[in-house]
Amino acid sequence: MTDYRQKYKMTPVLGWLLQDRGGMILLGILLLGCIVIPIGNLVVPAGSAFHVPTWMLGLLGKYLCYALLALSVDLIWGFCGILSLGHGAFFALGGYAMGMYLMRQIGDRGVYGDPVLPDFMVFLNWKELPWYWYGFDHFSFAVLMAMLVPGILAFVFGFLAFRSRVTGVYLSIITQAMTYALLLAFFRNDMGFGGNNGLTDFKDILGFDLQSDQTRCVLVVASAVMLGICYVVSRGITQSRLGKVLIAIRDAESRVRFTGYRVEYYKLFVFTVSAVMAGIAGALYVPQIGIINPGEFAPAASIEVVIWVAVGGRGTLYGAVLGAFIVNYAKTFFTGVMPDFWLFFLGGLFIAVTLFLPKGVIGAIPAFAGAGAVGASGTSGGWRDRLAAWRGNQGGKA
Amino acid sequence: MSTAEDLLAEESRMIQSEKAATILYVDGVSVTFDGFRALNNLSFYVEPGELRAIIGPNGAGKTTMMDIITGKTRPDSGDVLFKSDVDLTKLDEADIANLGIGRKFQKPTVFESHTVFDNLLLACSGGRGVFQALFHRLANREKQRIEETLATIRLGDLRDMMAANLSHGQKQWLEIGMLLMQEPQLLLVDEPVAGMTDSETEQTAILLRDIAKTRSVVVVEHDMEFVRDLDCKVTVLHEGSVLAEGRLDSVQKDPRVIEVYLGR
Amino acid sequence: MRRDNFLPALSSASDGLSARFFLRSGWSVRVVVAMLTVMCVLSIARPAWAFSDEELRQIVEELDSKSSNRKLEVIGKIAADGDPRAVPVLQAMLDGDLYVSKADDRVVIGKKQGKVWQHIDVVSGKVTGESAARDLDKIRINNRLRGALRDALASLNLFSPDLATRRTAVETIMDSRDPAMAPLLKRAIEREEDPGLLARMELAQATMALAAGKTPQERLDAIDVLASQTTPQIRAVLLQFVNAAESENYDPKVVAAAKDAVASVEGRLQMWQTAGDVYRGISLGSVLLLAAVGLAITFGVMGVINMAHGEMIMIGAYTTYAVQQAFAAFWPAGIGWSLAVAVPMAFLVSGGVGVVIERVIIRFLYGRPLETLLATWGLSLMLQQAIRSLFGASNRQVVAPDFMSGAIEFSTGLVLTYNRLWIILFSVIVVAGIAFVLRYTAFGLQMRAVTQNRRMAGSVGVRTGTVDALTFGLGSGIAGIAGVALSQIDNVSPNLGQGYIIDSFMVVVFGGVGNLWGTVLGAFSLGIVNKFLEPVAGAVLAKIFVLVALILFIQKRPKGLFALKGRAVEA
Repeated sequence: MTDYRQKYKMTPVLGWLLQDRGGMILLGILLLGCIVIPIGNLVVPAGSAFHVPTWMLGLLGKYLCYALLALSVDLIWGFCGILSLGHGAFFALGGYAMGMYLMRQIGDRGVYGDPVLPDFMVFLNWKELPWYWYGFDHFSFAVLMAMLVPGILAFVFGFLAFRSRVTGVYLSIITQAMTYALLLAFFRNDMGFGGNNGLTDFKDILGFDLQSDQTRCVLVVASAVMLGICYVVSRGITQSRLGKVLIAIRDAESRVRFTGYRVEYYKLFVFTVSAVMAGIAGALYVPQIGIINPGEFAPAASIEVVIWVAVGGRGTLYGAVLGAFIVNYAKTFFTGVMPDFWLFFLGGLFIAVTLFLPKGVIGAIPAFAGAGAVGASGTSGGWRDRLAAWRGNQGGKA
Repeated sequence: MSTAEDLLAEESRMIQSEKAATILYVDGVSVTFDGFRALNNLSFYVEPGELRAIIGPNGAGKTTMMDIITGKTRPDSGDVLFKSDVDLTKLDEADIANLGIGRKFQKPTVFESHTVFDNLLLACSGGRGVFQALFHRLANREKQRIEETLATIRLGDLRDMMAANLSHGQKQWLEIGMLLMQEPQLLLVDEPVAGMTDSETEQTAILLRDIAKTRSVVVVEHDMEFVRDLDCKVTVLHEGSVLAEGRLDSVQKDPRVIEVYLGR
Repeated sequence: MRRDNFLPALSSASDGLSARFFLRSGWSVRVVVAMLTVMCVLSIARPAWAFSDEELRQIVEELDSKSSNRKLEVIGKIAADGDPRAVPVLQAMLDGDLYVSKADDRVVIGKKQGKVWQHIDVVSGKVTGESAARDLDKIRINNRLRGALRDALASLNLFSPDLATRRTAVETIMDSRDPAMAPLLKRAIEREEDPGLLARMELAQATMALAAGKTPQERLDAIDVLASQTTPQIRAVLLQFVNAAESENYDPKVVAAAKDAVASVEGRLQMWQTAGDVYRGISLGSVLLLAAVGLAITFGVMGVINMAHGEMIMIGAYTTYAVQQAFAAFWPAGIGWSLAVAVPMAFLVSGGVGVVIERVIIRFLYGRPLETLLATWGLSLMLQQAIRSLFGASNRQVVAPDFMSGAIEFSTGLVLTYNRLWIILFSVIVVAGIAFVLRYTAFGLQMRAVTQNRRMAGSVGVRTGTVDALTFGLGSGIAGIAGVALSQIDNVSPNLGQGYIIDSFMVVVFGGVGNLWGTVLGAFSLGIVNKFLEPVAGAVLAKIFVLVALILFIQKRPKGLFALKGRAVEA
């Protein structure tokens, strides 16, 4: 039993980080990756066993962005009980902001050679740039928008939803409706975002060729660094008193209200922070993948993110990162080897994790079993316990 | 010569003074759920520093009354005033909590994934703002108060235990401790001794009487022995209104109360 | 004026022709035919309308001419006479089957019979000989002649002994509103005995009188007749007249009357339009209702978030397909019964899958709605993939039975297709059935008991586990039935269900969880709002608006339209 006096002593600024074993391991791996990957790709010759091929750069970059998205979902779901089935929307909005910058960077190298208008606008016979495309020729503006637009949407949406105390499943359903509405909207050509095809055919970023290995390495490292920063920020939030309030909200919302906290403000804060992180993930994703289209808004994509978190272990933050890597690696593997099997596997994963692994992979590792915090309903660990608990609870379903 | 107007003015002055003396003033409150009248013109007053027990059969409106005082439910009509001037029907739960009204639920509700210490820390009076919470650092004064409360509720040895692992009675006490940390002027306690052993019940009565020395306490309870231990004024609710009020002994002799409790 | 410059001679002969025709179609074939016809009618001016055999033969021979203008003139003459015997000749000419026999230089209708061509006499219609193709010269026609032929055929058909032919002819005239037809129409009206067709003819006459009336009174009378109609066609006629009248300085009384007539037709059409929107809304609503009503049980009554609900619908649709395939293989004659068999089959199959799901997965997750949501979503992915592996990814064709194809069409432009009408009826029956089961059967009573107080129900002897499984099976089975209906209007593909899941949840949440009537009202009001928005905003935007409005609505009333209130709900 640790003495509370030690625990709450004025620790050095990042002292709490040092106590976070999983987080330190994660940050260590990320740091290692930042060093090894560029060397492996740029310095080690192509024939060597230690060479990191270019396709792997793309894959790693993608996984890192997904991991950041999963982190943002874990922050609200694992710690505050807000199950967003529309986080893909924030991710996509961030992606579109970056995509708009990359479109403007194409300049007159497009198929139609228009110096200002992107190809799809020329194709639609548009004469001038819509007002909301102004400013996206500046990188810094696009980056700002990639965070601001998801942030503002989350703020407005959250303000309305949390103020009127939409919780639980209802909240999940309306977040899904939100991303569905955006999906339909972005499919429309007159929205001015390329309709069905989205934004693609990017050439370069800040003047660097997107196809070159150097640029790709920088993007992968940037993704890793951003993931690290967001991890530290998330951990900072969750270990603060605010984080404790969030967990309290997750477990006993009305108790928190009667204790005098404005629950809606806390939810709004963490929801907005999480949306901004998702937006950053999207902005990093698009230049590495080379395309952003309305498909990213699909409700199914957002639900998939939730399973990454659940597989890794929710309420741990690093578990979400781990889950994103595991599931997406499996996806790459199965869709390559036996594509028909992938949906069976993914679907089975959803069921198996909810039934048998409520704490995810992290929870199954003995060293980390105490980590994370699954809600009051999930305090018992293995599925046998759950079954027993359920049997005992036969009468308690009201 | 006193005219009718004088009489009216006199009456309203009396009402004013009555309000002025109360910490909680509930007057003519009615609320209906889908045609079911949960509260029917309910009126009662609690004075500062008073310990009051509220009893009544199931469905008498006890919990609904608490919901209305704490802002969870809005009344269809009637006034609820705190310290004679704050209209509670216009405020929400957090506002009311911060005004100094604490509520303990029927089912003990603590933050199960937090330690006993953190439970008390979260309840500790002070800034409730998001950013205050984000950059909060534990002050010595707060630590001191948590220590005191831990002693009061006798959970000092369990301060680092997860609240989920506490026994039922310990959870009840922790919840009372959390209420104390809020430094409320008025405490609403819903069935505090449900599921407690006899000795725990006795101790809870002592604790509540103790608390009532510095603040007003309203206790809703079924357990007559416990109410007797509290040794205070009793209000009997029935079908959403006050049926009788007074010392337990006199209330128990009231034929209407006997009829309600024992049936016709 | 253009007409003065162009055809001074003709314009005097056809005084009633308004400049509108020139402005409308310019120097068109139709006008030429019109002129010629009128001239012929005036010049021949004979009381009897039929040619003698010889005259008919003679005039048909005149079709053998190098000059298109000459041919036009002849066609006009034939049309003006109105002899129904000329119909096969003109039809043959239009079809390119009218020939000149090289041997005797007579005009005949040629008909290919094996390797030779039969010659058919233009008057008697009898075969008079045969020859090789090279012995026949085709009478050539161009587009100008084709138009003239069609008009002429229409006018001749006015006198056909066959009622349906006459009806078609009148409609053709209504569409062309060719004033040249007026004299023929007048004669046809005198002879017509069918009252329905007579009314139609008089209407056609009025549309022409409006354009060609000589006195303001004639036009006023025509407007009177037209104003009582409620069709988009008449509105167009009147609007066209108003536009022309304003530039032509017609009698202001006529113009005013025409404008009033437009307004009154417009007003009534608007009402029909609204009625049409309501109907389309109800139609969409019934689809939403079918999709959502199963969810109203699993989600609304049991509180289980079944994301695989859409797949239960999809399984129902595939069951319909499978039943139909079975009928085609074993009892093709009875294929009309396949839907009737598919309804119970789909209920059993989807319901059975539902029971299995409840026993294997969902019962372990009661009280944990978010986990249930994820597990059932995973299940939906697996079911989709399973169906894709079994039936393939492409759409499957479910044939509509006869009683479901076709439509009721109103002259006002409203079309009620039978399949939509059946689906509306079907949804009402399904909801009534569910209401009955819930309200009056022992199972319904047990189900309500278990959802209200599980422990109590258990202790009075209700087997709660069985009731859970059956309730979930009922909800799933109803989704399967919905799949039968949806297979008639949607593509039967593995993704069928996904398109309905969000809408279904929206309907249930909007209507208020746990309230069947709320679901009904929710479905129909969402359907109607959607269809009223569609003409204004387009289908996609309308849908987006509805979604956003719903999101805002849930903020306002988080528990739906008909929420249960009280403290029990919050527990």
